[in-house]
Amino acid sequence: MTQYRVLPGPEHFLPPSAASMGICLPNPGEAHVNGVIVPEERAYEEAAKQFLMAKVPTIFPGPLVLWAWNEKAAKKATAVRHLYNTLKECVQPGQTPMLIPMPDYRPKYPKINPEVEINPNHPNLTIWHNKIDCCMFVGVHCHQANLALKIIRGGTSCYTVAMCAQAGHEDAMLSFRDASVEKIMKLAEWVRKLKGTVQPRLTSAKSGASN
Amino acid sequence: MSKERIKISEDLYDIMPSDYQDLVKSATYGKEDRGWKDIGNSKELIEQHSLCAGCPESMAFRYILASLPNPEDTVMVGSTGCTSLVFPMVAVHNIHSLFGNQNAIASGLKRALSVRFPGRTKDVVVLAGDGATVDIGLDMTLQAWFRQEKFTTICFDNELYANTGGQESGLMQKGFVAKMAPVGKLFDKVRLPEIARESGCHYVVQCTVSKPSLIEKVVRNAVMISREIGPTYLQLYTPCILEIGKNSMEGLQEMRDSEKPTERFAYKEYVSEPAKQLLAEMAAKDKEKKAAAKQLASQGA
Repeated sequence: MTQYRVLPGPEHFLPPSAASMGICLPNPGEAHVNGVIVPEERAYEEAAKQFLMAKVPTIFPGPLVLWAWNEKAAKKATAVRHLYNTLKECVQPGQTPMLIPMPDYRPKYPKINPEVEINPNHPNLTIWHNKIDCCMFVGVHCHQANLALKIIRGGTSCYTVAMCAQAGHEDAMLSFRDASVEKIMKLAEWVRKLKGTVQPRLTSAKSGASN
Repeated sequence: MSKERIKISEDLYDIMPSDYQDLVKSATYGKEDRGWKDIGNSKELIEQHSLCAGCPESMAFRYILASLPNPEDTVMVGSTGCTSLVFPMVAVHNIHSLFGNQNAIASGLKRALSVRFPGRTKDVVVLAGDGATVDIGLDMTLQAWFRQEKFTTICFDNELYANTGGQESGLMQKGFVAKMAPVGKLFDKVRLPEIARESGCHYVVQCTVSKPSLIEKVVRNAVMISREIGPTYLQLYTPCILEIGKNSMEGLQEMRDSEKPTERFAYKEYVSEPAKQLLAEMAAKDKEKKAAAKQLASQGA
């Protein structure tokens, strides 16, 4: 069994993919925390704790929920908004939850403002400028999520959570699989449940940038 | 065909950057008579781009995107060159192919789309520079035409390799001296429109992009003919103002000068018999529609 753990970085400029270090994806009903397979309930608790501890807990909804492709996508968007609203209600003064979209995967030069939208090719800019120390990807296509999660782990100390509709992400510090409206709502319930029991961090994310 | 497939989730609408909100609100997806006159009145499918100031290619891009008859169901295939700098800013599905590979990619794509979406019209439009179309990709270009693949090929002809500093291309005019071709071109400009006609293209046009209404007409014709009959080819002169020593404001005049009847970009058109018939049918339908609209308006008044 691998000794490698998927931990907040900055790991280094080109971190290895967690899969290549022996991290496995969870089976249905499970999740992983730092690369260790755990029952899903345990992951809800940990994710909620990380959100409540963070100075700037942030949700990054991707195109699969930003656009109302079908009824299910629209419902997921509603659940994401509910989670964000719950976070806002449950954090303490000094904590600033954010909801930042990932509308496009293509490089948008010179137009993109990394502080108001996140692009998987340069997620670290959004993390750095907004000083985000915990984030959750939801509705992002897997290949782009893998890329962005690895860059974030390489260059920042941000704690990453993946609410993945497929099999999960090894490169996130915490990953759910088979994401659904119910799972997003359940995470919101956990946030509410742990409200006031977690001490928020006083410092924001460390940067891995050398300049 | 409509905006049905580009709805933003209501609960996340407010966090979407305004570009996307504008696309949903006022882009011309689904508008039957869309054309270059929509530019300025609606959200364009290209707005900002990273081409040089005054680049005629950027004008061509605007006119083409405004003229596509079915943008929500169109996939554009690009290739290496200045055009590939623009595609990331374009609100139409697009694929960047390997240099010269564009017509091969488009062939597979068109076939796959017709299998995947049998009941829906899906257009494929190749848009590449002269290097990709005539030099590096000539094999793929011709083979697609020989096979009668049903898509449109548009060549932005700037008569050299522009974004790598000005090397000689097959479409460069004879005797032209470029920054990276100091000896001067030794042979004639390749006559690709004629080659396209002989290779089986049903609609071939060579022109400049100085007249938006003309571009609207030829793009629409080319797409409709390729949809129903077979391959079509447009060769559009989009001079690289930097490489021919012009200023930003001089691109339009350069095109006007080059399209005079005795010049190398004089308007040239070839239409096959089946394509002529289709165009006549389209014209008759348009006429009918206009007459009906006129009648309806007079009844209303």
